Amino acid sequence: MMLTFVAMKTETAQPPHNNGIKAELSSIESAVLTDYKYGFVTDIEADSAPKGLNEDIVRFISAKKNEPEWMLEWRLKAYRHWLKMEEPKWANIKYPPINYQDIIYYSAPKQKINPKNLDEIDPELRRTFEKLGISLDEQKRLSGVAVDAVIDSVSIGTSFKEQLAELGIIFCSMSEAVQEHPELIKKYLSSVVPITDNYFAALNSAVFSDGSFCYIPKGVRCPMELSTYFRINAENTGQFERTLIVAEEGSYVSYLEGCTAPMRDENQLHAAVVELITMDNAEIKYSTVQNWYPGDKEGKGGIYNFVTKRGICKGYNSKISWTQVETGSSITWKYPSVILKGDNSVGEFYSVAVTNNHQQADTGTKMQHLGKNTKSRIVSKGISAGVSNNSYRGLVHVGKNARNARNFSQCDSLLLGDRCGAHTFPYIEVKNKSAIVEHEATTSKIGEDQIFYCNQRGIDTETAVALIVNGFAKEVMNQLPMEFAVEAQKLLAISLEGSVG
Amino acid sequence: MLKIQNLHANVEGKQILKGINLEIKAGEVHAIMGPNGSGKSTLASVLAGRKEYEVTEGTVEFLGRDLLDLDPEERAGEGLFLAFQYPVEIPGLSTTNFIKTAVNEIRKYRGQESLDAVAFLKMMKEKMALMNIDQSLLSRPLNEGFSGGEKKRNEIFQMAMLQPKLAILDETDSGLDIDAIRIVANGVNKLHTKENAVLVVTHYQRLLDYIIPDFVHVLYNGRIVKSGTKELALELEEKGYDFIKNEIDVEEQV
Amino acid sequence: MNNLEYYKERFDRLKSAKTVDRFADIRQNAFNDFSKTGIPTSKNEEWKYTRIGNIFNKEYRSLIPDVVSAAAEEALSSVRLPGYEQANELVFVNGFFNQPLSTIRSSDLVILSLEEAAVADEYREFVKKNLGHSHHYLKDGINALNTAFMQGGLFIHVKKGYAVEHPVYIYNISDAGAGNIFCQPRSLMHVAENSQLQMAETYVTIGGSDSFTNQVMEVVIEKDAVVEYYKIQNDAANASLVSTTHFRQTGKSYIHTVTISLNGGIVRNNLNIIMESERSEAHLYGLYFHGGTSHIDNHTIVDNVKPNCFSNELYKGILNEDSTGVFNGKIYVRQDAQKTNAYQSNKNILLSDNASVNTKPQLEIFADDVKCSHGCTVGQLDEEAMFYLQSRGISESTARSLLVRAFAEDILEHIKLDPIHKYIEKLIVKRLKKGTT
Repeated sequence: MMLTFVAMKTETAQPPHNNGIKAELSSIESAVLTDYKYGFVTDIEADSAPKGLNEDIVRFISAKKNEPEWMLEWRLKAYRHWLKMEEPKWANIKYPPINYQDIIYYSAPKQKINPKNLDEIDPELRRTFEKLGISLDEQKRLSGVAVDAVIDSVSIGTSFKEQLAELGIIFCSMSEAVQEHPELIKKYLSSVVPITDNYFAALNSAVFSDGSFCYIPKGVRCPMELSTYFRINAENTGQFERTLIVAEEGSYVSYLEGCTAPMRDENQLHAAVVELITMDNAEIKYSTVQNWYPGDKEGKGGIYNFVTKRGICKGYNSKISWTQVETGSSITWKYPSVILKGDNSVGEFYSVAVTNNHQQADTGTKMQHLGKNTKSRIVSKGISAGVSNNSYRGLVHVGKNARNARNFSQCDSLLLGDRCGAHTFPYIEVKNKSAIVEHEATTSKIGEDQIFYCNQRGIDTETAVALIVNGFAKEVMNQLPMEFAVEAQKLLAISLEGSVG
Repeated sequence: MLKIQNLHANVEGKQILKGINLEIKAGEVHAIMGPNGSGKSTLASVLAGRKEYEVTEGTVEFLGRDLLDLDPEERAGEGLFLAFQYPVEIPGLSTTNFIKTAVNEIRKYRGQESLDAVAFLKMMKEKMALMNIDQSLLSRPLNEGFSGGEKKRNEIFQMAMLQPKLAILDETDSGLDIDAIRIVANGVNKLHTKENAVLVVTHYQRLLDYIIPDFVHVLYNGRIVKSGTKELALELEEKGYDFIKNEIDVEEQV
Repeated sequence: MNNLEYYKERFDRLKSAKTVDRFADIRQNAFNDFSKTGIPTSKNEEWKYTRIGNIFNKEYRSLIPDVVSAAAEEALSSVRLPGYEQANELVFVNGFFNQPLSTIRSSDLVILSLEEAAVADEYREFVKKNLGHSHHYLKDGINALNTAFMQGGLFIHVKKGYAVEHPVYIYNISDAGAGNIFCQPRSLMHVAENSQLQMAETYVTIGGSDSFTNQVMEVVIEKDAVVEYYKIQNDAANASLVSTTHFRQTGKSYIHTVTISLNGGIVRNNLNIIMESERSEAHLYGLYFHGGTSHIDNHTIVDNVKPNCFSNELYKGILNEDSTGVFNGKIYVRQDAQKTNAYQSNKNILLSDNASVNTKPQLEIFADDVKCSHGCTVGQLDEEAMFYLQSRGISESTARSLLVRAFAEDILEHIKLDPIHKYIEKLIVKRLKKGTT
């Protein structure tokens, strides 16, 4: 993934917008790639657990991480609960049963434990990330984005730590947080997504091996984008990461997440949990560009992406905004949600989901209005091609005490080809008469007149489709920080290659 | 530059063009006039390569190449431009982005380096000044929510940016008031040089008050039935199309 | 009676009571289905917001109703829909079609019992092919339960070219005078080519105990037929209802439905329109205006099987007091159904603090050249409009009534059968007089 980290020194740390034409145009000029670009495998020695899942594996992972007793107990509790649960079947997706005993739940690149600084990272690993376009060398970069890189299950290194620490911001791997900030972890971990929440969240709680932790103290606006980069490398491995972000009163942070995986014929499981918490007047902006390996054209291989993402606007006037561009994975099951508990809090969900070939996506959001004067906005753009199926599933719930709640949802589907499916499943539950909830959905295809118009101006059909699709998705793309927006536009174009004409 | 010989074309199995012959040389302005349903817009569409139109007979040569053998985007690359009667809206795609893509795709077709953002902006500023067009129009999504006049001005602005060798204006005056026609026509005139040519397709003579044609052709029932100079347009305006129709129908009966 | 054993015993009793049963197979299959699924709970996606478990916790007089009560005759005269003097009237009492109470005015209307139709030469194949078709769309136990216990059902054949001078009125009377009653009316209708039919249906419970009606009507519409169907629900709070109306458009045809629901206990409507022929057209309108503790659930399915069909759906809801509303509209566009135009809209107003609404419009699209949209809103009466009316000297309550009336008008205007239109208007006005706050 060519993440070009652009300098972004902003005192006010307002989320940047990509309305400069420069950003828009480079995607179209970009070279046309025919296949999944990130499908290489890095030959790194790995330290793995044996296949399968049982209490010993949970203990093994916990021991590997040198975890305190309470953490192990927490994991075991999750594991025991998971055993009692059933895999959810309600989503509009089909896949053969997953053999949970055939997965490796822990795989760490063998390298010196806990590099003191980034120079100590295994050069092979460093090269992997350079191939992905991520530089872990702080001095080489112009500035701007602090990265936590997670390969297979383990955080490889976090950059810009010291600079952030000066502001009191904690940005580190989850393993480190358990060691260094146990009081925060105890307080917040699983406070938004309980370990019993759902099948995949329980599984994650039992076996998660790493992830990122981020804490923004009161009144601090994080001066740079924080970013986690996830990569599954080893074979037969599941990736189970855990992200926790806490924004204290009056703070702000923008967080980016990117993911890729090698091309393998077997399906690989990814079950992450992300929890966000905002206090009074705080804001978290969370952006994802998900580009896990989608499988080949016949639907072989690819990542099963079962993710639980939820934020709670705990404080008055706080805000959580999810933006996602989902182009990868053979299956996506993901509903980034916001619990609007604080009065006057705001939740947003902006999503572009592209499915091509045999991909299946069932994705959307939940907006739970509990506090007074809470507002939410949902913009979902689904694009289906090939023989794929793309579903929007969303819930807007207005509780009995949520006076003056407002929601607006817009769900649009674009179909490319006559063998794919687009589905919309919105749930609207209103228990307070002062609520105003509006939902609109449309389904359409790319017009031949639109393509001809572009052709007449010298633009070939493939590029025309990319332009039209990017236009369709623009409202969402505009929400992404600029360096991600450029990347995301390219991804859209690449994902849909060969789907028209 | 453009040589059309015995061109026949169908749409949905119905024959619309029944043997068109026309030659346009560099530096010339031609006008094609005709009553509704005579095949004017079909001719424009066939030249641009709209795929619903099937050419059943005849040849079209453009700058020495067989035009009918080219895809629409290749025709654009060769220097053919069609100003649409109904410019298409593409929500979310900014006009600037669209034009930049088109400019660079055409440059790529011609083996030229693509313009970087700075060079492109410079070119755009020049043409904006020339065409008297406002920045705000260009940052809006392509044609979306544009008034009729704005759409047509945007077409001519694109023509300025793409610098075609042959520009076909398909009913560019339709739906425009006289002020808007004047603005659009001035734009076209500014772009017209000895090296390029313009083909104006129109129902009314009024556009030809501003874009003065060297030749006027009357299209009726799929064929060019009369050619002349700009005076022919005035005659049509005065007498209406019926006089031509009568003339032709009588001839055909004979 | 919430357990399967109870129904098993009843089912066996029904089987042994029947020496000849034309529907033995379909009945048995349905009962097997019911045994598998049981009474739907809120875990069943189709019943997520409507809990009917309690309805099945009551003791009912009989699943195999005994003698027809004399009170029914009296009841009929009190519930007759306006315009009945000119209508064909078909009466069900406790789920059984009642010939003596019914009046047939049109000779082009063939009325038979389902059993008779199943052995009649000209209808045998039709019955075999179409009876139970709704099962393909409603896989919950409720639909199967009706089929399993199907008795006293009605077959209606509308002859080719029938032009309706007499509308068809259908009454469902439940006699809860001697204890709780459970009725399962069943009918199958064939609207032949080129015929025109106007139909209205209503429900009434007499007596002070509870009634539960689980109704299934299946209608097949042939080429060039035009069908209007008005469903009117204004039963008492002790009357619960699951009403399934399943239309198949097997030929290019036109269907226009209006569902008006004003009162009841738990009311669930399933309206299915299966567009199996090209260029068919369907209009679905619904108004629910509930108060008290009643629960109104409208589930609709529009299935575009063939290309070039058009459907338009608008349901509006007004919920007052402690009532709850549910809307679930599904539009399916199959892979072959290119050029489908399908629209769906659901608009709701909550008038009280304890009213609530759950709405779930749904699109499932497998063809690309389509125009489909859906939308839904939940809100209140427009405050600006309220203020405007009040500033013209109109009292708050009158202003509220006027606005509610205006909100409902979008649906009422689609009732083309004049006496019914006037009747519904009257009911709405009456409801508004009762107060809307």
